[in-house]
Amino acid sequence: MSIETNNSQASKAPPLEGLGEASFPGQIHETPGGGIVLSKLDDVINWARSNSLWPLTFATSCCGIEYMAVAGAKYDFSRFGFEVARASPRQADVIIIAGTIVNKMAPVLKRLYDQMADPKYVIAMGACAISGGPFFYNTYSVVKGADHVIPVDVYVAGCPPRPEALLHALISLQQKIKSGLTREQIQVPKPASGGDLLNQIK
Amino acid sequence: MTIEELKISITELLPAATYEEGGEWLTINIESTDWLPFAKQLRTNESLYFDYLFCLTCIDWKTHLTMVYHLSSTKFRHNIVVKSKLDKVDPVIETVSNIWRTADFNEREVYEMFGVHFKNHPDLRLLILPDGWEGKNPLLKDFEDPVNMIKL
Repeated sequence: MSIETNNSQASKAPPLEGLGEASFPGQIHETPGGGIVLSKLDDVINWARSNSLWPLTFATSCCGIEYMAVAGAKYDFSRFGFEVARASPRQADVIIIAGTIVNKMAPVLKRLYDQMADPKYVIAMGACAISGGPFFYNTYSVVKGADHVIPVDVYVAGCPPRPEALLHALISLQQKIKSGLTREQIQVPKPASGGDLLNQIK
Repeated sequence: MTIEELKISITELLPAATYEEGGEWLTINIESTDWLPFAKQLRTNESLYFDYLFCLTCIDWKTHLTMVYHLSSTKFRHNIVVKSKLDKVDPVIETVSNIWRTADFNEREVYEMFGVHFKNHPDLRLLILPDGWEGKNPLLKDFEDPVNMIKL
């Protein structure tokens, strides 16, 4: 199938890696009166899932502002299938941890993660979510990285990361899902277990 | 009222008060024992009418603590700062939560973070910190947490 276009600029632009029709997993055999697609069902499922990831509305500090900018019109992550941020964990596929996680917030984050339906993915955005942060590290109240509480698929460095960096992380997550390499896809199913931190708190 | 006018009328109320120079607002240093009657006068005096306590905090100077109260009048639009030195080992001051309702939560926060005991406070218990933090005051400079903090 080919789409003719009058826009010369658009036809010159190289296709983005991991995006659009080109990345559909399978071969299309043209036959008269139609075509046959050969593919694996798992690949098609992963492809479909990766292109419709709804993030949870979750932000605990300044990274949240950058996250909102990415959701806004200028950067617009819905171009890549992160259509709408969902206020309920039941409807969300991915949680972007945008900000510092303090000890009191850790059980809440764990609960939100547990409430999300499988398959679910986690992005740790910014220095605080990765390691406790550049400012609040040496404190009695801050969790030294959100991966002490819930498992993380993609880490984005920055304080806060640029919107482009978050977009890159989102596309990286899509590629990871398409190649079947996220933690959920690899792991043998077992009861969800948090980090060691939560047990310490209790 | 201007700073100079405030200074005159406050000296009439409390001759023992001393003043700090150079701030945006008039800064008054008082003894902690004078605080409760002085606060009542600031609130009720018709020409002062400080009806709004917009900041209540504490400072750890290592040798002593200082309570800081920022007061404002919604009627006259003038502000003052009241400071009072407290003992490091046994910091005690009267509560003003019955004068300014907002002081209730602010004093509870100072209580948990600095360990200041507010006499006659109606409900002096932890505000933000989880259970089990009584007596450990994380905003004091000599607070130690070997599990979560690196000693610098």
